[in-house]
Amino acid sequence: MTSIVSLLLWGVAAFLGAAVLAVAVSRRGSATHLVYGATLGISAAMFAIAAAALIGDPAGVSTVTLPLGLPWIGAHFRLDALSAFFLVVVNLGGAVASLYGLGYGHHEPAPHRVLPFFPAFLAGMNLVVLADDAFTFLLSWEFMSLASWALVMAHHREQDNTRAGYIYLVMASFGTLALLLAFGLLAGPDGTYTFDAMRAAEPSGLVAAAALVLMLLGAGSKAGLVPLHVWLPLAHPAAPSHVSALMSGVMTKVAVYGFIRVIFDLLGEPAWWSGVVVLFLGGLTAVLGILYALMEKDLKRLLAYSTIENIGVIFVSLGLALAFKANAMPSAAALALTAALFHVLNHSFFKSLLFFGAGAVLTVTGERNMEKLGGLIHRMPLTSFVFLVGCVSISALPPFNGFVSEWLAFQAILQSPDLPQWGLKVMVPAVGGLLALSAALAAACFVKAFGITFLGRPRSAAVEQAREVDRYSLAAMFILAGLCLLAGILPGLVIDGLSPVTLSLIGNRMPVQMAQPWLSIVPIAESRSSYNGLLVFVFIAISASLAAFVIHRFASHALRRGPAWGCGFPDVTPAAQYTAVSFAQPIRRVFGTFAFRAREKVEMPPPGATAPARLTVEIHDVVWETFYQPIAGAVGYATEKLNRLQFLTIRRYLTLVFLYLVTLLLVLALWP
Amino acid sequence: MNGLTFDIAHLLAGGLVLVSFMMLYQDRLFALINVFALHAIVLALSVAWQAYVQEAHHLYVTAAIALIFKAIVIPVGLHRIIQRLGIHRDIETAVGIGSTMLAGIGLVALSMVLMLRVTPEADPLAREDLAFALSIILLGLLVMVTRRNAVSQVVGFMSLENGLVLAATGAKGMPLVVEISVAFSILIAFIVIGVFLFRIRERFDSVDVGALDDYRGERR
Repeated sequence: MTSIVSLLLWGVAAFLGAAVLAVAVSRRGSATHLVYGATLGISAAMFAIAAAALIGDPAGVSTVTLPLGLPWIGAHFRLDALSAFFLVVVNLGGAVASLYGLGYGHHEPAPHRVLPFFPAFLAGMNLVVLADDAFTFLLSWEFMSLASWALVMAHHREQDNTRAGYIYLVMASFGTLALLLAFGLLAGPDGTYTFDAMRAAEPSGLVAAAALVLMLLGAGSKAGLVPLHVWLPLAHPAAPSHVSALMSGVMTKVAVYGFIRVIFDLLGEPAWWSGVVVLFLGGLTAVLGILYALMEKDLKRLLAYSTIENIGVIFVSLGLALAFKANAMPSAAALALTAALFHVLNHSFFKSLLFFGAGAVLTVTGERNMEKLGGLIHRMPLTSFVFLVGCVSISALPPFNGFVSEWLAFQAILQSPDLPQWGLKVMVPAVGGLLALSAALAAACFVKAFGITFLGRPRSAAVEQAREVDRYSLAAMFILAGLCLLAGILPGLVIDGLSPVTLSLIGNRMPVQMAQPWLSIVPIAESRSSYNGLLVFVFIAISASLAAFVIHRFASHALRRGPAWGCGFPDVTPAAQYTAVSFAQPIRRVFGTFAFRAREKVEMPPPGATAPARLTVEIHDVVWETFYQPIAGAVGYATEKLNRLQFLTIRRYLTLVFLYLVTLLLVLALWP
Repeated sequence: MNGLTFDIAHLLAGGLVLVSFMMLYQDRLFALINVFALHAIVLALSVAWQAYVQEAHHLYVTAAIALIFKAIVIPVGLHRIIQRLGIHRDIETAVGIGSTMLAGIGLVALSMVLMLRVTPEADPLAREDLAFALSIILLGLLVMVTRRNAVSQVVGFMSLENGLVLAATGAKGMPLVVEISVAFSILIAFIVIGVFLFRIRERFDSVDVGALDDYRGERR
């Protein structure tokens, strides 16, 4: 009997096989069907295996060692509850993206640039989650990064995509370097690279602190923590839309997995201040991410920025879990960790859904700029409906899933008065405020995303020609919308499914939820708080249908079309509609002045002149200008100086080598 | 280890360092090559003595290789190259001889200090040998650095390799195949460099490596 993990490794091998196959057939017409069909099948099978492992044998740990990689280490793989949960996320996302790709892939101008890397990307993400030693982990991590980089560069001739790819590559290398150093620290002087050995070792306080910082840099740069997020809004939208969905919905989660694996599993008992650091970064990321998203008018970039916000929410919950774990409050820690993992699952659902929707809009209109969209609800009613579901879910409105995980996070925040440290007591409610702010801003942001894109009147000719997308894409989106609703009205199922993960990482779990009457969820005790998604759903459904019934019964049946109110303008062009920028203006005026150094300038022509008045808005990316421009400038300066080394004489080169050698020998001779 | 064998090995290795110093102040190419031949002869003697002391008979082969190739074949080849190129009158040190000698003394002192420090528990013969070998390597590098002419850079390179052979034979149990392959690679390097010399000469009318830089259009 082969163990589960070897079964999963066969799945990874099948992905790699599909990648090789894709290279061979990618120029043929049937390649799209073949490759996405294969990845759909493999992902679905791996999803089934992982889900069965998570539900059927929650405490089980399955390991296998392959004689690959470094000869004296081998490649260790391991499946436990945590990796099983993330495998579920990865492969569910992979399967839906493949289904979407079956339809979307036909519009791909250069399929040979996408098809081989898509299965490889999936294989890389699966391998990261399965890896059980530092070497395999880093190798898979880098493989994942490079495969996704190749996908980002698929449309390399489009404007800005090369820059996006370059920045992504630099940031990914930086992240891997940080991870390498973190694992080096954890491995200690003996160089024991298996996770088992790291788990057994008790790192000293300083090492643990350094490892935490390095993990925040390494996993945080991949996940998109501010200020390491700069590559994300460039790279995610540059890829084809189903890949954007995978990168935003799934790859950032793999980064979260890396963080959880090291900080919660390998590092042992956390220090209480580590919670403060993670909380602070998470709160900052959540608010800044969504503020960036609000300023954005490119639909896919808006979604990418919103990913940053959601990563912030996840990290806030993780920080809470760390703080509670450090203070031996296992039930609260389990609650916070469950909230984080639940949000991981939810975000993979609705962010994939939204990227699919954006991809559908992009295929039928060729437009990502919201200022040129509008009125799509009449032409793409089904896409609009599922996009609306995604928007409602991500805005954390009941009865959908986003509400549940954010509600759980707030329940965990409400536990903070029991924390002993004053730092945390003050910090946690403040971060809770940030979280509430970001949730409200997210709602505004997605009102804008949906309203400008789908409502109103078409702003360009391409939109007027739009038609509904193909059935595969619709099927993928409807599956995700259904999952959003299901997870929203049956949260107890998910929470109970997550209990083995919290049990293995924290040693405690949330109370069993499926035993509650009427599918309620009760995080701590009935007396404190409870939520019933089903009830809310039923209430909304009944009251809405009742209202509809009353209106249709007692009001006129006739459909009336009147002229839209034109704000007093006689000739209303679509350009006179509310735009994305004008929608965000109040928020920009409130927050943008300090967050983006936004400045508005109004040029009024003198009375009597016929020149138009102009309103110019200037927005700065403060993070980029503060952190990255000086670094880029310094690197540029250093290269300029070092460039002279390129043109020395042969004798000078020899002299340099000679002097270097002598210096090293001198150091050796003088070393005490 | 009796005192005499040690003294003789010491003498020969020290002689090798001395000959390296002689190389530093030769400003004519023929003289430099003659000194190099002397260097190779002393090396052959030293290796042969090591073979005798260590009773490692394969080292005699190494000594013979050193004698035949480095003391005879290569110097004769270099002589002919220089004659064909017509550059035997060139004076071609880039740095003044006095400062070069001072640098050489410093390098020898450095390698002595270093080797005696890092190998306190080694066999005294091997220890001294290693110290001398490192000095010879550094002096060979110094020859390469302070010369302009490609031929003398080749000579510096060869003398550097002599230091490597000395180190290798001083350590007990170095397999013959290593030494042979080192010697062989040097021979290949000699041939390749020789061919290049003629190519450079054909192209630029000079074997001064500065001509290469002029060709690349750069200042020195």
